[in-house]
Amino acid sequence: MKRFGDLVAVDRIAFRVREGEVFGFLGPNGAGKTTAMKMIQCISPKSGGTLEVFGMDVDTQARRIKSRLGVVPQENNLDPDFSAYRNLLIYARYFGIPKREAEKRAGELLAFMQLEEKRDVLVDNLSGGMKRRLIIARALVNEPELLILDEPTIGLDPQARHLIWEKLRSLQAEGNTLVLTTHYLDEAERLCDRLVIMDHGRILIEGAPADLIREHAGSNVVEVERTEKAVARLEELGVNYDLAGDVLQVFTDRPNEIAQELLEVCRHEAAVTVRPATLEDVFLRMAGRRLRE
Amino acid sequence: MVDITTRVRSVWRRNWDAFLRTYRVNFIPPFVEPVLYLLALGFGLGTYIEAVDGIPYPVFIAPALVSISVMYSAFFECTYSSFVRMYYQKTFDAIIATPVSIDEVIAGEMLWGATRGMIYATLMLPVLLIFGVVAMPSSLLLIPFAFLAGLLFAGIAMCFTAITPSIDALNYPSFLFITPMFLFSGTFFPLDLLPEPIQYFALAALPLTHVVSINRAITLAAFSPMNLLNLAWIAAATVIFFLLAIRLMRRRLVV
Repeated sequence: MKRFGDLVAVDRIAFRVREGEVFGFLGPNGAGKTTAMKMIQCISPKSGGTLEVFGMDVDTQARRIKSRLGVVPQENNLDPDFSAYRNLLIYARYFGIPKREAEKRAGELLAFMQLEEKRDVLVDNLSGGMKRRLIIARALVNEPELLILDEPTIGLDPQARHLIWEKLRSLQAEGNTLVLTTHYLDEAERLCDRLVIMDHGRILIEGAPADLIREHAGSNVVEVERTEKAVARLEELGVNYDLAGDVLQVFTDRPNEIAQELLEVCRHEAAVTVRPATLEDVFLRMAGRRLRE
Repeated sequence: MVDITTRVRSVWRRNWDAFLRTYRVNFIPPFVEPVLYLLALGFGLGTYIEAVDGIPYPVFIAPALVSISVMYSAFFECTYSSFVRMYYQKTFDAIIATPVSIDEVIAGEMLWGATRGMIYATLMLPVLLIFGVVAMPSSLLLIPFAFLAGLLFAGIAMCFTAITPSIDALNYPSFLFITPMFLFSGTFFPLDLLPEPIQYFALAALPLTHVVSINRAITLAAFSPMNLLNLAWIAAATVIFFLLAIRLMRRRLVV
């Protein structure tokens, strides 16, 4: 639970992350994801409730928790006064890691994140994707038991995103526990073992991506342009449909049947498409289509 | 009350490392400043001034130059530079995600500001020796005392940094507090030339007055009981501003 004055940013959410899993927080802007992450990192004190990380209370054991956490913040906060390599060394020092050990890990992490060539380059001269990779390397410098990533691929081009996903998956394969926030639904679907969708500070649903899609969207989506005939036909059939702009969406487990019916009434007036349901469908149904600023 | 462990060193070291990386430009002011001031004021303007209280003018202003340099370096380090690290570079946010506490970050910044003041005093000393305006060996005391005086100005600076809405607003304390102090703290003329109420005001509210008083005793090797009062004032104010800065910064950064 987190209050800022009258605003309840995180409203009595309950969740449990299992060891070795990738757990995602999804939600529109302002849903409370980042605040929740900061509470887990022990840097934003909670206004109420209980929050334990590694079985320790965030209020009283902050230092011990933080020494076992790796944090990738949403905003890049690499140290612009130093090179990539020295960023890692200096960060290791905050954890009290001895110099020789820090040098070894920094070298390994630069290699893992494919930044070896940029070792002595000042952070400001790195591309967006490289900065993001370096910040993940930095988060790993203390060999954390839990890695928290707040929008790990925000603002990156597709190549850079894929490289980061690849690295995160290999961390996952090594048995690391990851908690991430994202509003890229493909990212969540790709990476997360389990996830929650948050809005207005609350958790709306929780589960594995595939289960959530099955439960809340069905296997497929039939889409057709919004025409009177199509609406009439769907009402006649007693089928539930959603309106997404000018498109009618039917979430269903029997897509062919419905597509057939719609094709009959629409003929050539409107295109009917059938596609598998995605997490995005679940998300939009749960969080609504209204724009969040 | 404050949560400070030896981890404060890692914050201090970060700034030390950054300072060394750009050491060439950082080492210019302590060499150039005293030369310029001594030539212009001490030996230029000073030729019209026979002596101040029986002391040759360049010798009179030499301790003030050290005091001013310590004040400027510590104050500006913990205002503009700390603000840049806090607000623009998000360096503080990055550090508090590690086992280093916010108290240690702020304390480390202030200790670094004090160190910077001490470095400047150390570098100025040989220049002043060459000009023959400071006594030895007592003037070696300028160095440790610069750390204490630096810590005082760093603490005051950090309080302003904690409450400033923007980097531009830091110009207010710079012009309305630091610049008057530069001129009216017994730096370039003795305090007792001023009207009595202003003298008392300077002693009560202008920290530099006490710093100049002690540094002048050091460089002249002429200590008086007044210096104990100066030292007590500085020690008390240093503790108060150090703790206040941490408290104000917590209020700003822990949300």
